[in-house]
Amino acid sequence: MRKLLRMLFVVLVARPIIMFWLGLTVRHRERLPNRGPAIVAANHNSHLDTVALLSLFPLEDIPHVRPVAAADYFMKPGLMQWFSLNVIGIIPVARGGAGTGVDPLEECYRALERGEILLIFPEGTRGEPETMAEMKSGISYLAKRSPTVPVVPIFMRGLGKSMGKGTFIPIPFFVDVFVGRPFSWTGEKESFMERLRDAFVHLQKKVPAPVE
Amino acid sequence: MTFRMPDPLFGALAVVAVVLVVATAGSSFSNPMRRRLHDAEIRVGIRMWWYLIGGFFLALIVSRTLAVVALGLVSFVAFKEFLTLAPTRRADSKVLLWAYLTIPLQYIWTGTGWYGMFIVFIPVYVFLLLPMRMVLLGETRGFLRAVGVIHWGLMTTVFCVSHLAYLLVLPDLPGLKNSGVGLLFYLVVVTHFNDAVQFLVNKRFARHAILTGVRPGLSREGLFAGIAMSALAAIVLAPLYTPFTPMQAGAVGLMIGLFGFIGFVAITAVERDLGVAESRDFLPGHGGLLLRLDSLMFTAPLFFHFVYYLYY
Repeated sequence: MRKLLRMLFVVLVARPIIMFWLGLTVRHRERLPNRGPAIVAANHNSHLDTVALLSLFPLEDIPHVRPVAAADYFMKPGLMQWFSLNVIGIIPVARGGAGTGVDPLEECYRALERGEILLIFPEGTRGEPETMAEMKSGISYLAKRSPTVPVVPIFMRGLGKSMGKGTFIPIPFFVDVFVGRPFSWTGEKESFMERLRDAFVHLQKKVPAPVE
Repeated sequence: MTFRMPDPLFGALAVVAVVLVVATAGSSFSNPMRRRLHDAEIRVGIRMWWYLIGGFFLALIVSRTLAVVALGLVSFVAFKEFLTLAPTRRADSKVLLWAYLTIPLQYIWTGTGWYGMFIVFIPVYVFLLLPMRMVLLGETRGFLRAVGVIHWGLMTTVFCVSHLAYLLVLPDLPGLKNSGVGLLFYLVVVTHFNDAVQFLVNKRFARHAILTGVRPGLSREGLFAGIAMSALAAIVLAPLYTPFTPMQAGAVGLMIGLFGFIGFVAITAVERDLGVAESRDFLPGHGGLLLRLDSLMFTAPLFFHFVYYLYY
């Protein structure tokens, strides 16, 4: 049932919004992982980011693609919680949950062990439209725990402009998506985060920003 | 049984279709031909003509209304591309949704043949209402630039392009079957013929460069050859698709040749101003569609009013 809901959401909502209402130019789609386990790391500026990432995957993969999302925002009881869990298929993670005795990433480790594809936004929050914030190191724990799992960086431009924080109707703009080269755990946290930052700096240059 | 002359429009579309099949097959199979057709401009031209021919058959066989809707979608994508490239203020997001709303409205006036509304809606009402909606946001910094950018985009990608669609809903002229579709076909063919002649002459016979600040490779020879050949093509094709006398057809050809060029360089200047790269990859969202429409956006309203003034 959950599977069906998620696939219907992608066919009836995600793809029409992203492909028709907005319009997507994807470079190096072939670098997307077509089977798990894998970690997809993307920049975050809009609720549409998850929708756009979901629209990139083939339909049969959708049940295995799991967006990692902040529990405090998406797990507020009610419609939001039901929608996040059943339609988007998020894995809730407690922000700032380290040191509470329970590893907040426990669910993510399980998902990788099951061979699922995690969508993760290392910035942790949407922030200012079209700017990248400092990345949190949570992702390095995932990579360290599963050192052979590929990490695929994805840079998206235009979604923050289309539907930034505080707005709820997407404005049509073309969106650029650039998939970077996969890499994996480098052996230590600092160099791994450095590698990830470098990847985003590199991708940002490949997707030219419009003039201001 | 009576023998009927084949409809010139169907005949021409069939010829174009055959040429396209040959060109497409040639560019994918034969090696020497592929080299000749390697030019990105030519490949994109072939692809665009496939869409065009589909559109004309849609208008002729399926329904005019659907063809009007299809042109509305062209406006939608073109305006979206324009806004993606042009600078917009974050405060204006609500205004942009209103601006998008003008597209279905403009095409409703077009599809229902409400000429009075079609012709004043964007140049007058939207022109006055847009700044009103915008001033309600209370943000004055960059106001003039923002309102100018949005309205210029609407005028070119929606208002000008909708003139192509209005040709389709014009009633048949005496003695000309499907005259609206025929007039549109005539306009598109002469405009693109002009583009093609200018492109080829600029490539082979350029001597005196012009407008080098806008774009390298333009020449006086290309411009004059384009205008002259457009006039010739316009005169030759006129009896098949239009009510024009040879004099009128010649005038239309000169007009299309000159203003097709002006549209091309004007849109190129806009894209340069917006920082669109020299080596465009012709992708939608990166100037690809605007570049395809540049000359038509300028020739369409001029051609439309020429016809409308003389024959309607």
